[in-house]
Amino acid sequence: MPLDLQQQLTDLRPRLLAFAQLQLNDTGLAEDMVQESLAAAWEGVGSFAGGARFDTWVFGILKHKLIDAIRQRSREQATGFDPDDMPDIDGLFNQRAHWLPAARPRTWHEPEQACMKDGFWQVFDFCVLHLPESTARVFSMRELMGLETAEICASLGISEQNCWVILHRARLKLRACLENGWFGREENHEVL
Amino acid sequence: MKSCKRATELMSLQLDRELTTSERLGLKMHLMMCRHCRKCNVQFQTLHRLAHDRSRSEEDSKG
Repeated sequence: MPLDLQQQLTDLRPRLLAFAQLQLNDTGLAEDMVQESLAAAWEGVGSFAGGARFDTWVFGILKHKLIDAIRQRSREQATGFDPDDMPDIDGLFNQRAHWLPAARPRTWHEPEQACMKDGFWQVFDFCVLHLPESTARVFSMRELMGLETAEICASLGISEQNCWVILHRARLKLRACLENGWFGREENHEVL
Repeated sequence: MKSCKRATELMSLQLDRELTTSERLGLKMHLMMCRHCRKCNVQFQTLHRLAHDRSRSEEDSKG
């Protein structure tokens, strides 16, 4: 079903490009990586085992290309990365650094089931892409691409301490976004 | 440790490097006292695990 495959890949392209652009901060290179990934998916579709979702599989191809590109580039130059471009978390805590009532985490029901459902990873990616750009990059490199913080900070030219501060804020923001965008939406059978 | 904000820093940090003994104890004590932070800790770990599993399913499906 080449036409169907072509359509699926075409539909995926914007999401792949947004992700690549975020990681690389270089539109031309991001487009090249996406194009190569789409070509590799087109040629290699026979090896798609079907064990995972198709879009996850294509993202996996892109991810490997991005890791190679990031490693290659980190040997060559530092990139336009602003470590101060971080999300503000003051709205979550009061002056004594305790949770403000509206920001208190609630119980997430069956997160393992949730992530199998259609739409979960779209909400997840949406939440990541709405972090400040530098924060989203560090978070994606750490959690979606599985790099260690030592490698991330070396490639971005920031201190490991800085990297940990960014990840802390990213996780706080992301958990709040997912709670609003996904876990809070299903049912409010919350027991406090 | 009394600050929830500081506790969330340690919850995040423990996903990226091993905590020192005093950091670990401080976090443990705080979590015993604070149900909001207990929920936050579970959520941080859930995020970490889901993202990791997602990456692994990408690996598996490479065939």
